[in-house]
This record gives sequence, structure tokens and C-alpha cells, in this order.
Amino acid sequence: MKSIEQTDEAVIRVTELSKRYGNFLAVDNISFTVRRGEIFAFLGPNGAGKTTTIKMLTTLLTPTDGKLLLNGYDPVREQDAVRRSFGIVFQDFSLDNELTARENMVFHAVLYSMPKNVREERIKMLLELVQLWDRKDEQVKKFSGGMKRRLEIARGLLHLPQIFFLDEPTLGLDPQTRNLLWNYIRELNEKEQITVFFTTHIMEEAERAAHTVAIIDHGKIIARGSPKDLAEQTGTTSLEEAFLALTGKDIRDEESESNGRMLGRMLRGRR
Amino acid sequence: MNVIYILWLRQLKRYFRSKPRILGALGQPLLFLFALGFGFGPVYQRAGEGNYMQFLVPGIIAMSVLFTSMFNGIEIIWDRQFGFLKETLVAPVSRVKIMLGRTFGGASVAVFQGIIILVISLLIGFRFSSMPALLAALFFMFMIAVLFTAVGTAIASLLEDMQGFQLIMNFLIMPLFFLSGALFPLNDLPAAVDAIVRLNPLSYGVDGLRGALIGQAQLGIWADLGVLTFSSFVLVIIGGYLFSKIQI
Repeated sequence: MKSIEQTDEAVIRVTELSKRYGNFLAVDNISFTVRRGEIFAFLGPNGAGKTTTIKMLTTLLTPTDGKLLLNGYDPVREQDAVRRSFGIVFQDFSLDNELTARENMVFHAVLYSMPKNVREERIKMLLELVQLWDRKDEQVKKFSGGMKRRLEIARGLLHLPQIFFLDEPTLGLDPQTRNLLWNYIRELNEKEQITVFFTTHIMEEAERAAHTVAIIDHGKIIARGSPKDLAEQTGTTSLEEAFLALTGKDIRDEESESNGRMLGRMLRGRR
Repeated sequence: MNVIYILWLRQLKRYFRSKPRILGALGQPLLFLFALGFGFGPVYQRAGEGNYMQFLVPGIIAMSVLFTSMFNGIEIIWDRQFGFLKETLVAPVSRVKIMLGRTFGGASVAVFQGIIILVISLLIGFRFSSMPALLAALFFMFMIAVLFTAVGTAIASLLEDMQGFQLIMNFLIMPLFFLSGALFPLNDLPAAVDAIVRLNPLSYGVDGLRGALIGQAQLGIWADLGVLTFSSFVLVIIGGYLFSKIQI
């Protein structure tokens, strides 16, 4: 399963990256690289800085400090080149519920200026892959959570990205759907040589799918290596135990990142 | 161009697929039209001002366009809350194009809503002067719609959720409407009210519509055209700027 061809070429390079909201340092001087063709798991407790890092990599947020390089481009200065390079499945659903599955796909294809003939073919191929082709003309609001997620995966891959970001893609899905999703993702990683960057709270998923794992806590990267390395380093037998050994067993009371920020903005009088 | 088109198309599809919203948005303007039109008609006539329904219809069309376009602009907050905004913001297209597509889409929907009011008005006896007048009226509706969709977009770019909506409704949309001359003629107004009306860009939209449909422009159709064009231009730039600054 992990036999895919990896090169040493870094497709994502993060150097001394920080993001500050007022007095709160969400991401604190982190550096890491992701090699082309690998499946990379970015793990951490709630509020550790995972989503903030993904937002900076995907041009949605500007870093306070540090350097980013994605597929050779800088997300701050070369936004469009970066945006063409990746596909993304966000933590929250990001489909238009009033549109049909197919319309959501076409909308995406037009935004990424795909030629019409290529577009039609690839939409069919991907909707078949995620088993939604026979429901392509139904409005998304009639879909279950699992179907929406599958559609988002198909959509994220439509424009042939080099890197695929998945921010907690299996949140709230049943085991069957989770299993299916990971099968697609591994298949695509092998078939299209696509680099996968994902976050999850389910350690078994990371253990099974990821070549490399990085653990972030309180905005800092505290460990990095293959799931096996991490277990060895901590003298544990599974990634879950290694994770708990590294990040401690305290429950995190931080508000979710976006709520925390909203509150911060309200307090600073932006409304 | 394609990008602007697909965003425009999306707004139209969303509009035509939600029938309750079309009907809901008709309720208030129709209530104003019937209650005020028939209620004040006799007094207006006695005051020697002529037919109040004729006078009122352009005002109510403007109202309907104002409400719908403002609402369409503010819809960005929905997109933000339901996540779809992210899909457009990570796409390799300029935010300005996204904003323009949305604005034209929202404006088209608002014009359509205005046309529905016009058709209903024709059924209860409203008459406009000529066919070219109708085209001019459509143009004014479109200008009002672009202007206020841009205003809605600008406001929505600054808000995180819908909690501020009531505030906007009561302190911006309603005053804009009531102080625009949509309901009353502009002659012999108290100086303060007159000044406010003249500062309100919607007044020029209402006046332009009235000028086009029934030949009664009080501010002058060229002034209407100039003010509307200028303020739409400025607001689209401000809206585009604020929209491009959104961080999620």
C-alpha cells in the first residue's frame, strides 16, 4: 500500500511560519516539508493550529510571519498559481445546496477555466468514481452527509490538482463511508501521483493511510515521522498512544478556531 | 467573462428555485401598493395632485428592487456561514470577478422582482406612457439594483453572521426607502427632509423611474442618470474592495 513512488522533491515547504490573532499565537514558528507523492497527516488536538495552517497554505489567510512554498509557488504573492495547484475538502461542507451535483461540478470547472470537452469527461469519470453519477441531477440539499463529502472529493479533484488538502474529511461519517473515502484517496494517490495533506482526529486513519505524520500542539510542531517512528520514539505500540503520550491527556477547552476569532473581532469592535 | 457568467447564472438558478422567496419578497411591496395606493388616493386627488396610484407605482417598483438587491448582496453572509464562499475564494479567479458576477446576478434578480410588481400594477390600472419609456424604466431598475447589490455586498463583507441584519434593515434599508420620495412628491418639503432626500441616491432612482414611466421627474432625468451612474460606480468599487479583503 505504501509502495508508491516518492521523490525527495518537497511539494510543500513551510519555513518559520507564524500566525497571530491579537495576543493569541495560533501558529508558532513552524517548519516542515511534504514530499511530492506522499500522504501526509497533520494531527493535533482541537485548536492546535491545524486549520489555520491549512488556510495559510491555501491562500485564505495571510501569515503573520514566515515563508511558504507550495508546488514551487508562494501563496502570498502567486495566489493563482498556488490555487491551481491544489484541491481542497474543507472541514465544513462547502457545496451550494440549491444546485445539483452536476451543477456544483460545472461551477467548479468554470472557476478553474477547464476546457469544455475535458470538463465533461472528467466530471463523468469522477462522479462515477464516487458513485454519484446516477444522482448527478439531484439538488445537493437532498444528499446525506456522506454523499456530500463524496461529491466534495470529486469536486476537489476535478481540475487535476497536484496537492489535495482534506481537513477532517471523515468528520461525522459512518465507518462504511469513511472506509470508502480512504479507498478513493489511496487510489488517487497511487493513480494520479497526487500529494495528499489531511487532518483527522481518528488516529487509525492516519496510521493506515499516512506515510508521514506531523503532530502540532499549541501552535508548535512537536513530532514528525512515519506512524511507526512515532510509536517507537514514544515507546508505545500505536499512533493513538503515541499521540496521547506527546500531547498529554488534558482536554482542550479552547474554542474552535473560527469562534475564537469571531469573539476576538467582536471584542475589538469589528461589527 | 465565463466566471462572471457562471456566478450570474448561479444567482438566477437559486432565485428561480426558491418560489417561497419570490412570493415572500412580493408581500411587502404589494401591501404598500394596495394600502397606500387605495388609501391615500382620494386625499391625493382632492389635493389636486392627480392619480396617486400612478404616482406610487414607480416608488413601489423601486422599493421592491431596493429590498431584493440589498438582500442579494447580503446573501454573501449566508454563503460564508454555509461554507460555499470558501469554494469561490480558493479558486484561481480574481475576487473582483466573483463580486461582479454576484452583483450582476443579484441585480438581475432584483430587476425581475421589479418587473413582477410592474405587471401586477398594470393589472390594477397603472398605465405607463410609451414602449421606449418602458426600456428606460428597465434601465433605471437595473441601475438601482446594481447600486444596492453593491451596498449589500460591501456591508456583508464586514459582517460575520446575520445578527446585524435587523440593524441594517431598520437603520439603512427602511430609511433609504421612506426618505426617497417613493411615497410622496418632493415639492414644499421641510428643508431638512428635502436635504436628506436629495442626499439619498435612491431618490434619483425613484425619480428616474417616475420620469421614465409617467413623465414626472422632479429632480431631472439627467441628474438621476448622473447620480445613479456615479454612485453605482463608486459602490461597486467599494464593494469589490471590501469583498476582496474578506478573510475566512
